[in-house]
Amino acid sequence: MSILVGKDTRVLVQGLGKTGQFHTDKAIAYGTQMVGAVHPSRKGSVAHFEGEVDQSGVPGRDDTYSVDLPVFATVREAVAETGANASVVYVPPPFAADAVMEAAAAGLDLVVAITEGVPVADMIKAKRYLADKATRLVGPNCPGVITPGECKIGIMPGYIHERGRVGVVSRSGTLTYEAVYQLTLNDLGQTTAVGIGGDPVNGTNFVDMLRMFEDDPETEGVIMIGEIGGTAEEDAAEFVATSMSKPVAGFIAGTTAPPGKRMGHAGAIVSGGKGTAAAKIEAMTSAGIVMAQTPSDMGEAMARALG
Amino acid sequence: MKVHEYQAKQIMSSRGIPVPLGRMATTVEEAVAAVRPLLEESGNPVVVLKSQIHAGGRGKGTFAEHPDLRGVNVITDGIEGGPEATEAKVRELAAKMLGSTLITIQTGAEGKVVNRLYLEQGIDIARELYLAVLLDRSVSRNIVMASTEGGMEIEKVAEETPEKILRQEIDPAFGLADFQANELAHGLGIEGDAGQAFARFVKALDRAATELDTDLIEINPLVITDGGRVMALDGKMAFDDNALFRHPEIAEMRDETEEDAAEVAAKEAGLSYIKLDGTIGCLVNGAGLAMATMDTIQHVGGEPANFLDVGGGADEEQVTTAFQIITRDPAVRGIFVNIFGGIMRCDVIAAGIVSAVKTVGLSVPLVVRLEGTNVEQGKKILSESGLDVVAADSLRDGAEKIVGLVA
Repeated sequence: MSILVGKDTRVLVQGLGKTGQFHTDKAIAYGTQMVGAVHPSRKGSVAHFEGEVDQSGVPGRDDTYSVDLPVFATVREAVAETGANASVVYVPPPFAADAVMEAAAAGLDLVVAITEGVPVADMIKAKRYLADKATRLVGPNCPGVITPGECKIGIMPGYIHERGRVGVVSRSGTLTYEAVYQLTLNDLGQTTAVGIGGDPVNGTNFVDMLRMFEDDPETEGVIMIGEIGGTAEEDAAEFVATSMSKPVAGFIAGTTAPPGKRMGHAGAIVSGGKGTAAAKIEAMTSAGIVMAQTPSDMGEAMARALG
Repeated sequence: MKVHEYQAKQIMSSRGIPVPLGRMATTVEEAVAAVRPLLEESGNPVVVLKSQIHAGGRGKGTFAEHPDLRGVNVITDGIEGGPEATEAKVRELAAKMLGSTLITIQTGAEGKVVNRLYLEQGIDIARELYLAVLLDRSVSRNIVMASTEGGMEIEKVAEETPEKILRQEIDPAFGLADFQANELAHGLGIEGDAGQAFARFVKALDRAATELDTDLIEINPLVITDGGRVMALDGKMAFDDNALFRHPEIAEMRDETEEDAAEVAAKEAGLSYIKLDGTIGCLVNGAGLAMATMDTIQHVGGEPANFLDVGGGADEEQVTTAFQIITRDPAVRGIFVNIFGGIMRCDVIAAGIVSAVKTVGLSVPLVVRLEGTNVEQGKKILSESGLDVVAADSLRDGAEKIVGLVA
């Protein structure tokens, strides 16, 4: 088993711009079931993808692929025609939150928003809109979700992953890759890796993910990668201390970040003395989480936590 | 994006939020010329001359050049001496304040040069309160935060007397409800007409926050005057950079002289750069990895010179710009490029490094660590370029190598 996505996940892409096009191709090469695209100005057309398959992805396929994706004007129509149950959003920032709401209105189980730079007010509204819907949002400003060997939704490089024992959850994209790659090199592998995004308002938080990994029989341990800003890591630490039986390893980025400065991610800022790396590391250590001192030690920390 | 106090007050005033009368000046003559019209309009012989910088604590801050002079000065000379005395005092103070460096609790020891002054009418204060609209990340909503402890640092109040802070969550579908505004007024002990004026004030503030995409509006202090008026005596506004595209009138208020020149140049190129005090320049993709790269450099005994995230979709030109920004810092004695490609392709980064070194030149050691999408093409481009590049296998390996090379 795995969480969020698997081989039965049927994925729409919302926004077939340069980035959407590039990563849809990579997802198909990996073996993800991409079933359609939503791009109003290209409705009724077909988006063609072909190339050599990514051998690190879904096993048992031909060496090459040639796929025609139907392009729709709306998510609702795309769902009706393709039976999609998930989508990935590459729509530009001014329209991304609306795309998320549209996906929820169409009844998708999962929306993964990759877009960086979505206005906070738009996300506040979108989150309010999603509150009484069954749709789970991951992101925005995230690398996506991958269950190795089954389904890759997002922008992460597929080949660094290997199916295994550890659940990965992270606020940062490239740090997720670091963790994943070390788990692969350490022969621990991943069940599912999820980037929850670097924005101050996001759809899914650490606690949501920890709960899913705790309930997933295949996942034996979890590594969580946080950073400065907010108190999501402290909340997660409390959840780990009170509600998790599985071992957890962790890393926090931003020990050297000066206060009052936004470190790239909209949500990565120490303000009013809150959200420091030191406070998060202390909370996580107290909760029994095995902390990596540098990102290069993440795989080793996870191995230690698993015992 | 931050704006000055006088700009925040212009915005509030244009939205019917009461603020004192005032005039901005960039020269001594402008400041002096503002005195009489202000006195006539306000009818109050007292004026206040306030330094305009993007940092708080101005009232208690002092100037590097004039250690006895505060950043905000109440001028009462006019009570007995009339407008001439006020003008003379404004002339004397403005000459000292303009062009001098104001050091406050928020500026750091280097302070900030004052280029603008705000001359404001004096206000007869009955009560000082605190009011803010800001994001509460734990509930993914804006909240109103209010306190009876006006004029104090709110972080201190939160720590020492948290019961004195009132909060109301704002439902984005409805905005702040009347009853919530009333609860706040009641909680702060503002009764009668002033209570109603406060409710109108806080609702207008909520609308401004939503309609203008603010990260933060902070009124500290909010005052109730002797006459029962509710007024923003100070005003701080910060706006969501990601939403400025729909507020061109706000974007125009940007004062780049308040920002670090290299950070501005980086932003224009679509890069995220923050100058630090160390000697090892960093070029990284992804904010989390960029922070972790700095942390690791420090962990192995070096000091990072900067945070630099080239972002997800950087092209060759942006990488060149990033290199230029890093090498322009005279403190930089070595550069560490750390890339784990997702959206970012390693071949693009490698081509960018080669072109950057050819354009900018390179007089310090360069360590490059590449991993991720198109990594083999990237490594090939670097190795065939003939550049003097030290390759690293991991983040830690790269950090150790660059720290060793600059030592």
